[in-house]
Amino acid sequence: MRHVAKLLAASAFAALMTTPVLAQTPKDTIVMAKQIDDIISLDPAEAFEFSGVEVGANVYDKLMGVDLKNNNALVGELAQSWTVSPDNLTYTFKLRPGVKFHSGNPLTAADVVYSFQRAVTLNKSPGFILAQFGFTKDNVLEKVKATDDTTLVVTVSKPYAPTFFLNCLTSGVASIVDSKLVKANEKDGDFGNAWLKLNSAGSGAYKVRAYRPNEQYALEANEAWYKGAPKNKRVIVRHVAEPASQRLLLEKGDVDIARNLSKDQLAAVKTNANIEIVQGDKGYILYLGLNQKNPNLAKPEVREALKYLVDYDSIERNIVEGTYKGHESFLPKGFLGAIDDKPYKFDPAKAKELLAKAGLPNGFTVTMDTRSVNPITDIAQAIQSNWAQAGVKLELIPGDGKQTLTKYRARTHDIYIGQWGPDYLDPHTNAETFAINEDNGEEAKSKTLAWRNAWDIPAMTKITQAAVLETSADKRKAEYEGLQREHQKVSPFVIMFQQIEVSADRKGVSGWAIGPSSDTNFYAPIAKN
Amino acid sequence: MASLREKWAGRSVRWGRIAGRELSTVAITMFGLLLVTFLIARVIPIDPVLAVVGDNARPDVYEKARLDLGLDKPLWQQFAIYIGKVFSGDLGTSVLTAQLVTEDIKRVFPATLELATLGTLIGVSLGIPLGVLAAVNQGRWPDQIARVIGLFGYSIPVFWLGLMGLLLFYAKLGWVGGPGRIGVAWQDFVTPVTGVLLIDAAMQGEWEAFWDGFSHLILPSAVLGLFSLAYVSRMTRSFMITELQQQYVIAARVKGMSEARVIWHHALRNAVVPLVTVIALSYAHLLEGSVLTETIFAWPGLGRYITNALLNADMNAVLGGTLVIGAVFIGVNLLSDIFARLADPRAR
Repeated sequence: MRHVAKLLAASAFAALMTTPVLAQTPKDTIVMAKQIDDIISLDPAEAFEFSGVEVGANVYDKLMGVDLKNNNALVGELAQSWTVSPDNLTYTFKLRPGVKFHSGNPLTAADVVYSFQRAVTLNKSPGFILAQFGFTKDNVLEKVKATDDTTLVVTVSKPYAPTFFLNCLTSGVASIVDSKLVKANEKDGDFGNAWLKLNSAGSGAYKVRAYRPNEQYALEANEAWYKGAPKNKRVIVRHVAEPASQRLLLEKGDVDIARNLSKDQLAAVKTNANIEIVQGDKGYILYLGLNQKNPNLAKPEVREALKYLVDYDSIERNIVEGTYKGHESFLPKGFLGAIDDKPYKFDPAKAKELLAKAGLPNGFTVTMDTRSVNPITDIAQAIQSNWAQAGVKLELIPGDGKQTLTKYRARTHDIYIGQWGPDYLDPHTNAETFAINEDNGEEAKSKTLAWRNAWDIPAMTKITQAAVLETSADKRKAEYEGLQREHQKVSPFVIMFQQIEVSADRKGVSGWAIGPSSDTNFYAPIAKN
Repeated sequence: MASLREKWAGRSVRWGRIAGRELSTVAITMFGLLLVTFLIARVIPIDPVLAVVGDNARPDVYEKARLDLGLDKPLWQQFAIYIGKVFSGDLGTSVLTAQLVTEDIKRVFPATLELATLGTLIGVSLGIPLGVLAAVNQGRWPDQIARVIGLFGYSIPVFWLGLMGLLLFYAKLGWVGGPGRIGVAWQDFVTPVTGVLLIDAAMQGEWEAFWDGFSHLILPSAVLGLFSLAYVSRMTRSFMITELQQQYVIAARVKGMSEARVIWHHALRNAVVPLVTVIALSYAHLLEGSVLTETIFAWPGLGRYITNALLNADMNAVLGGTLVIGAVFIGVNLLSDIFARLADPRAR
């Protein structure tokens, strides 16, 4: 007993003797605090969540990219040049010569073929972005061919708009992997999937040095990158779930960039002279989905009334300021064909009139499935009180994210409040989900957001499907603009906000810019002085 | 000689029987634990496929993932398959981390172990003296103060205390390290062997990394320690009050022993036996991992791992984590039983 007591006393004493440890982050290393527990895979053919895609964007190169400074215009990356056949079916890419993978292997057209083949064959979540052009695991080697080391010929199934196909090549799933290295790590014909979940085989700005799920990933600069060596030697991203902890780490200088500060913390660090705020428009749309299986919500007047019943301005000002901004159409700003029209303002009188027309002068009762997370809960509560002003009694059903989503996907909700993020940088991604519903039956093959809300729209489906074959970029743009204006009037979607991603960094950190998608959050230009 | 051998043989048979009985109790407990966890995790209305493929996946991708997870089979078959694998030592792969559950646990459990152990040490080393002090001064001001501390430790929300602690000791005073297990500058200096950072650092002679790790560890353990302290001090107080009313205490005093000897040597020694059970349970409770503490302090421990798995219906991870917690509870209970037998002559 006496020895135990001594030991306890010694440990208590040691606790009091803790020396202050205040290491600033190393000069050539960028340290980020971020919520990264959404990563399920680092394999570019599989990663489809924000953080996983962001890693891929910094580790792999693609044939095509977008110029963030020039309104996301298409630019060639690994593709030095390309031509499209007159019938819009065949694309010929000339690859940049002399590019090498991290392993030292040269990057050739054969690697591109292998990368596309594995993405289509594995057919993981983002696989459809390539597969929608008619590639299947059986025909992909005929449709995607290397004619020599630097020439690639791709044949698509329909005369799609070239902008559509090329935009899809900027997405993470079209990343080029090191075929020799991946083949060496294949197991049971898995195309190296198990290995690539945790490792990297790219040619990009960084290679993955260490990844520990839910804890951190460390990237090491590729000095031989074809665009020039990154401005830093290493990037370490640590999982810090709690935004308040992220703020403390940033203020103390233990991290250089904090990625998930909430509205209150942003307001607090704004006054700190050592901290700067960096913003970027993100493609995420915050909306309400009104299930058309509910007889009240199926009435056109009710749908319109509810759009007049959201106090957009007050919610933006009081709840989401600096993190969301008002946006009422399905294409986010920055996309081809995006419009800025905001036809709806908070107008309870007008809403009451419309409800009376629908035969519901005293309103009705309806439920909304609400994720128990901010700002969703706060917004839902604000809407609840807005709607009460016209007699619509809204009951909120709280739940965890996956729980509300499971219900939404089964179409058993009344109203769902949620976010939608575009899958790739082309207007078709959102147009497809918000304005196509090929089959409104329970066993439908394609279950878009329109389907989830049981919105049966054969005519609009045809118009949306035609827009993807429009080869003239100007005409295509006009088609999407018209489609959205019609959609705003009739759809069962109350589109409210577009997300602004905000991060805060230490003074002295330069070059950090937030792109329109996770595919475009690049670490290479970040420097510290 | 022969009789002696027979005697030995008899004894080992008896021990074998006891061990066998204990083992089957453990096996049945574990089986029940798994069954209940499995059923609970399967009835919660969360689609496990979403964790694998995300919300935007196409129907064919979704269907393939569902089949890969074996979710098309009836519940009892899914459970039978799982149990069969557990017996061959395979806890499966977590869909969230894409790693073997055993690998995941090897990574997260030592982090929790470190936190819980230091927390319990703090709780015990301060809680027992505080409890004794309160018992001896029953009803007077030291007792009142101890009561307030106990109440404080028990009722202050951990997330508030953790954040305030960080604000004061990390942000303002700079005495301790911030959220995370070790500073970025030191993270590659220690190769994980046991996974317990302080032990690994000490073994490898990386003393600066050791102190950096310690400076990150002390605040979250103090937060957990306060909780443990509150519990231990209240229990110590009540055990001590019972002991101090016993006749042997009066006898010792009558014999003219010093008050200090009566309290610390005689009474406390008798209170230790039930106290160990209390401490063991509170230690086991901390070993489950504390979700809130781990979240605030960015601590990659077991609590957050299991919670995250549960929220995503990541079955293998949930069941694997539950097994570990079950084993910890049974193990800690067993140890405290053994200790009680050794400490109490009547139980020998």
